[in-house]
Amino acid sequence: MARYFTEEHEWIDVEGDTATVGITDYAQEQLGDIVFVELPEVGATVDKGKDAAVVESVKAASDVYAPISGEVVETNASLDDDPSLVNSSPEDDGWFFKLTIADKGQLDGLMDQAAYKSFCDGL
Amino acid sequence: MRGRALSDENEKLENLPLDDWHRGKGARMVGFAGYHMPIQYNKDQGGGIVAEHDWTRAQASLFDVSHMGQLMLTGENAAAELEKLLPGAIASLKPGRVRYSLLLNEEGGVLDDLMVTNATPWIEPVLDDEGAEIEAGHWGEPAYYIVVNGATKHDDIAFLREHLADDVTLNHMEDHALIALQGPKASNALGRVMRGVPDGLVFMQSTLYDFGEWPLRITRAGYTGEDGFEISVPAEFVQPLADRLCAEIEVRPAGLGARDSLRLEAGLPLYGHDLTAEIDPVSADLTFALSKKRREEGGYHGHAQIAAALKDGPASFRVGLVLEGRLPAREGAEVFAGDERIGTVTSGGFSPTLGHPIAMAYVDKAHADVGIELAVMVRNKRLPAKVTAMPFVPHNYYRGN
Repeated sequence: MARYFTEEHEWIDVEGDTATVGITDYAQEQLGDIVFVELPEVGATVDKGKDAAVVESVKAASDVYAPISGEVVETNASLDDDPSLVNSSPEDDGWFFKLTIADKGQLDGLMDQAAYKSFCDGL
Repeated sequence: MRGRALSDENEKLENLPLDDWHRGKGARMVGFAGYHMPIQYNKDQGGGIVAEHDWTRAQASLFDVSHMGQLMLTGENAAAELEKLLPGAIASLKPGRVRYSLLLNEEGGVLDDLMVTNATPWIEPVLDDEGAEIEAGHWGEPAYYIVVNGATKHDDIAFLREHLADDVTLNHMEDHALIALQGPKASNALGRVMRGVPDGLVFMQSTLYDFGEWPLRITRAGYTGEDGFEISVPAEFVQPLADRLCAEIEVRPAGLGARDSLRLEAGLPLYGHDLTAEIDPVSADLTFALSKKRREEGGYHGHAQIAAALKDGPASFRVGLVLEGRLPAREGAEVFAGDERIGTVTSGGFSPTLGHPIAMAYVDKAHADVGIELAVMVRNKRLPAKVTAMPFVPHNYYRGN
């Protein structure tokens, strides 16, 4: 399984033809206490770089972008009851949605773990 | 991921006297009112907006509010002159007493909300060598200490200079910092550091106090709904004072994020959002700031418009809304009664104390009564909302026994 990162602080795990998307630890730290996550509908199509979800912290609302294009096949129901999972386990239990991979070529421009770390260090 | 809140990154920001102190405590700094200010402190040290919010409701928090404008107006006519611009009774405000008031434009619109303290000094009697009184103790030149909002202070000062008579002197106390100690344990903590000081003050009273060589003005008031104190201090002493207070077991620093969620729960309006120059005090549900006697007598900016709003009721009204679910409605969200758009949210967020979203909104008079069911639109979703009395969380002021 390969994990990629965007400059907008989403992560994406690729497993065969599907991928899981969430936001990074750096992102949740920046957002602060998360009180609500608005997830896309199952069956919806999301486009690379376009709005896919909204995270509401105590402070403000933030858009989460789709790292690649695809169809949403599952969303994380646990976030409805406990949105703070995004704070406590951003890169594991706090995942947002799973989608089919429309075009594997879209993964090429994304960062790996090491590249993302140095990207964050430079912020 | 990208935040929807806009921040003007090109704005030139100044540093407050406690800038290094905040950064040393791991604060995340943001631009606010022209300054770098702490929005929250380091999580590893108990920070974070909700943690700081909860700590303030249970213990005591130290807020840096040095961005606010501290003004001193002096002169024999200071009270009479102020009464031309503020709808509150200033002339009858006794020395050491504090009043919440509003700076009004000629149309009765709110230019700012502020706190006025009668800071007239008591002049001690002069005694001869035998202890006999040569000159009796008496009140000195009338003086009014005014705290205004940071974002509006320069406009306020220009407006005051334009409208106050020349024999009133206005001093902008730019060499002073202002910190707020807020929470149910604030009195315990302050009393341990400055013995007896809390006992001499109830809510909306103010005193001068020399803490060693540091001349302080301590006022029992705040912006969180909790008991607490605002301490004005020469900027050169604010860092050791902040350290001294934070050394108490009850006291931790808190940032702007918690300040905003606390004041929202307390039902206190935020200037520039819930109050603007286009809004009159009656619409803003601030009629308590219109001193009863002066409502009839008038003699202040916009009195005719305000009297009409009092008589006929305003077209729209500031109300509290409690929302179902967890999705907060933010500033700008539209409010509906059925299919009819009847208002706009002016500030809103998630209430850490109550565990659900709350908001302030201006809604048409016909839909402003407590208990009315409305809906707020957020991203094309219709969120059920109910008009609710404010404060959302009861105030906890100390008014004496």
